[in-house]
Amino acid sequence: MSAALEVRGLACRFGGLVATDNVSLSLARGARHALIGPNGAGKTTFVNLLTGVLRPASGMVLLDGRPVTHLSKSARVRRGLVRTFQISQLFAQLTPRESLALAACEAAGEGGAFWKAAARHAEAQNRASELLAAFELDADADRPARALPYGRQRLLEIALALACKPRVLLLDEPAAGVPEHERHAILAALDALPKDITILLIEHDMDLVFAFAQRITVLVSGAVFADGPAADIAADPRVRAVYLGEGGHG
Amino acid sequence: MSAAAPARTPGPSANTVVTLLLWGLAFATPVIFPGKALLLNEIAILALFVLSLDLILGIAGIVSLGHAAFLGIGAYAAGLLAKAGYGDPLLGLGFGMACAALAGFATSFLVLRGSDLTRLMVTLGIAMLLYELANRLASLTGGADGLSGLEFRPLLGAFEFDLYGRTACLYSLSVLAAAFALCRRLLRSPFGFSLRAIRDNRLRAEAIGIPAGARLVAIYTAAAALAGAAGALQAQTSQFVSLSLLDFHRSAEALLVLVIGGAGTLYGALIGALVFRVAQDALSRLSPQHWEFFVGLILVTLVLVGHERIRRAALSLGVWVRPRRNGAGL
Repeated sequence: MSAALEVRGLACRFGGLVATDNVSLSLARGARHALIGPNGAGKTTFVNLLTGVLRPASGMVLLDGRPVTHLSKSARVRRGLVRTFQISQLFAQLTPRESLALAACEAAGEGGAFWKAAARHAEAQNRASELLAAFELDADADRPARALPYGRQRLLEIALALACKPRVLLLDEPAAGVPEHERHAILAALDALPKDITILLIEHDMDLVFAFAQRITVLVSGAVFADGPAADIAADPRVRAVYLGEGGHG
Repeated sequence: MSAAAPARTPGPSANTVVTLLLWGLAFATPVIFPGKALLLNEIAILALFVLSLDLILGIAGIVSLGHAAFLGIGAYAAGLLAKAGYGDPLLGLGFGMACAALAGFATSFLVLRGSDLTRLMVTLGIAMLLYELANRLASLTGGADGLSGLEFRPLLGAFEFDLYGRTACLYSLSVLAAAFALCRRLLRSPFGFSLRAIRDNRLRAEAIGIPAGARLVAIYTAAAALAGAAGALQAQTSQFVSLSLLDFHRSAEALLVLVIGGAGTLYGALIGALVFRVAQDALSRLSPQHWEFFVGLILVTLVLVGHERIRRAALSLGVWVRPRRNGAGL
């Protein structure tokens, strides 16, 4: 059985700077994998390569064994490779219900339909309602996303990705900027993610990483520095030296 | 609020009733006041043109300073078809729309690249190119003199275009109403929502699987077709195609009207066209030389104060006058 997400020898340069240096990675279906590394390690570049924002100089990205490296950003999403953003990227004037229903319509291949009202696409509406309930966004379902409190915007950020029917989900610092007393809602949402979705968590917060991930890849200067089960990485003295020792929780 | 589940009342809502009444009023006007038919015809055509701009600017967030290009193409297409002996109005309307749509589709690939500033310059440039082209190809377009003496057959083979402009006005209103209904339908569809999503945040729109480029090409083509319809109506109801239809001030005027009426709502196009033409009519009678001063004043006030605040002020006035019913917000 092929891996849900496989990365082979991915490389990217900006002028003389090697931002991603021959990175290979393999995630089995349902994996909970974390990608960590100090600031400037190339985590963001790596995510941009996976999602099609940047084109790699060499290497491949495979989804369920099929290469997606040549596909556009939106085509990769339709194949099931979906991401969230470190800085919330929402549709300011659409409500959570509208946003989620739209994403569900796109996932069902009905996004180009221009005759039937979105409100009558029953399956997408049901999916939106389910997600609103699961993320406890019901109270905010029908006001514009820009009016939501920050913590709820972070929840919508994740819900929106789930509405795309992801097979592989890239979570880019899902708890970034969320105040301490609201973090439990994010953590609960992450715990409740369906088990068959493969997840790559890009994160700074070590507590979150060790609570969530089974395996961890450490990226330093664009290259894989260490890769292994969470317990091994936690105990690895080299990792402690370059990463944990260097500033830990940031 | 949370308990307010979709408890839709059976039958038409108050909104629908008001909408139908207003449209009924518009259609009754040329019959009851034949003297206003020409003005209303102009308003309907302007509204259709501005509606098409609202599709790309208000809904999809594409700025344009050259939307008149499609108005002109629609007008010349309908005019030239009539010159060639095919004077059926609906045929001309369809031909004008098709030509404008083709031009919209072809130029969309240039327009959809780059930033807002690039788009402003490219749209402006394309409209200028077309203006000069129409000016130079005098043997075809009549150059600066325009296309005159156009003859159109009766509408649907039955309704002659009369001197008062009654047929013309009802014709333009019908096309406007059909276009408006179509746009409303489109706006509520997943496709319409995806355009608003692209406008709000293109990065995220693509990250939920929306092929933003293809969607923008589609709406730009559709908007060009509607602008072409406005041009064709203009040519048919005035029996004349003026070179000025391609002029920059047409594009700028449409933008102005849309901002006055409120972009992104569809109704804004209708309200804006009505307010603008009626104000223009009244102000130019009041002060023939300086009426544009007042239009400028209204525009600056609207943009600085904002529609939202004006609307809220009007609503709160309404609340004072008539007590709220069962606490419903709108």
